[in-house]
Amino acid sequence: MPFYVAPEQVMKDRAEYAQKGIARGRSLVAAVYDGGVLIVAENPSRSLHKISEIYDRIAFAGVGKYNEYDQLRVAGVRHADTKGFTYSREDVDARSLANLYAQFLGNVFTHEMKPLEVEILVAELGADGRPDQLYHIAYEGTITDEERFAVLGGDAETINERVAAAYEDGWELAGALRAAVGALAGAERTLGPSDLEAAVLARQNGRRTFRRLGDAELADLLGTEAAAS
Amino acid sequence: MALPLFPLPDDPGPDFASLLARTNTAAVPTMRETELTIRHSTTVVALRFADGVVMAGDRRATEGHSIAHRAMEKVFPADRHSAVAIAGAAGPAVEMVRLFQVQLEHYEKVEGVALSLEGKANQLAQMVRAHLPYAMQGLAVVPLFCGYDLARGIGRIFTYDVTGGHYEEADFQATGSGGRDARTTIKLGFRDGLTRDEGIELAVEALYEAADEDAATGGPDLVRGIYPLVAVVDETGYARAEEAEVAERFNALIERRRAERAVGGRGEHQ
Repeated sequence: MPFYVAPEQVMKDRAEYAQKGIARGRSLVAAVYDGGVLIVAENPSRSLHKISEIYDRIAFAGVGKYNEYDQLRVAGVRHADTKGFTYSREDVDARSLANLYAQFLGNVFTHEMKPLEVEILVAELGADGRPDQLYHIAYEGTITDEERFAVLGGDAETINERVAAAYEDGWELAGALRAAVGALAGAERTLGPSDLEAAVLARQNGRRTFRRLGDAELADLLGTEAAAS
Repeated sequence: MALPLFPLPDDPGPDFASLLARTNTAAVPTMRETELTIRHSTTVVALRFADGVVMAGDRRATEGHSIAHRAMEKVFPADRHSAVAIAGAAGPAVEMVRLFQVQLEHYEKVEGVALSLEGKANQLAQMVRAHLPYAMQGLAVVPLFCGYDLARGIGRIFTYDVTGGHYEEADFQATGSGGRDARTTIKLGFRDGLTRDEGIELAVEALYEAADEDAATGGPDLVRGIYPLVAVVDETGYARAEEAEVAERFNALIERRRAERAVGGRGEHQ
């Protein structure tokens, strides 16, 4: 006969479990800059991506357990491509996708044995005067939307403060990247291009706005800081 | 709509068509029985030049003996580094191209890397093969596929038949009702290592000659300013040639033909 466990306790245990799993991984920063949206993650792997393309103007980023957020990423690509094919490309939007993710994560959190140990971000590049959107979805399905920047991962609070302190409206890519990398690294560490994964949704990129920043480009963008300061 | 998640044995992988079949059957391109207007004839050409491939197609769509559309586009970017041109029944052909475009992008996003050029050509072959039952009813779709092979650093051209058979061409190919005339023109003017401009010029000439001989192929429409569509695929990707450039080449070609006639170089009735 099973013991009685209070629902509060069950939820608390699950939340703690998910938080622990997420805190083990490295963090990620997304920020809006003058030409689009920048997403930077601490990720030494060149092939297991945290940041990916979902659709023309939508990007996905996840922290936590790779297999879990990658499954969500693929589902996102499928949802977007099916919707775009059935209706039209402009009918695909980040808000509805973010809602689906939130519902799914919320469902798993309440009904399954084990919650997903992930936090995800759905970023959309604004079109026709609409602002860029960053939807931040937590492991239990809480969804928040940001218009300036978002931080995901274990040490989110501290990093969030650092980004907020450095944030400037309408900054350029190099400035945003330096601030984001500085915030990820903190005072004691420095992060080089090989420790980072970065991508942008850039307005100038044409239909598919998603583009990864390669090591050389990252070094170049980060290196200008050394020359300037 | 819920997130499209599948149990493992049922997972469609990076295949967009089978994803569609699992999620939204209404969107799977099928021929409706009412769609009996058959728009067929066309000329599309592809030829290799030093740095890639030139692909071009006329703009006319016909229904029987009447012109259905004067500005139809038959050359499409398949993805960044490849292009596809269509000949055959317009409705299913355009639908096939749309599915093909999404399939290539879908694969690239799900897998994280783009398909090889060979892989793209095979994908298209499978779509043509799946269409065979409709082809048997007279609604054939015959695409022409070309692209820049990033691994080998060359442009490559693939032709198809209605059964989905696909064959790589060495240098050039033309299909559609005016394909023979276009092919002959290219054959006479082709040599290895053409420049981009020479390649476009040869494609323009081929389309002109095809339109001259084939009633179902549209030539340059000087009154409305509609010219055949020319695209170039090279290392930098797919790019459509400026309409002004194409217009200028056609106009120059027409001037040359006029001058040749004026000196009596050509017979009265040619």
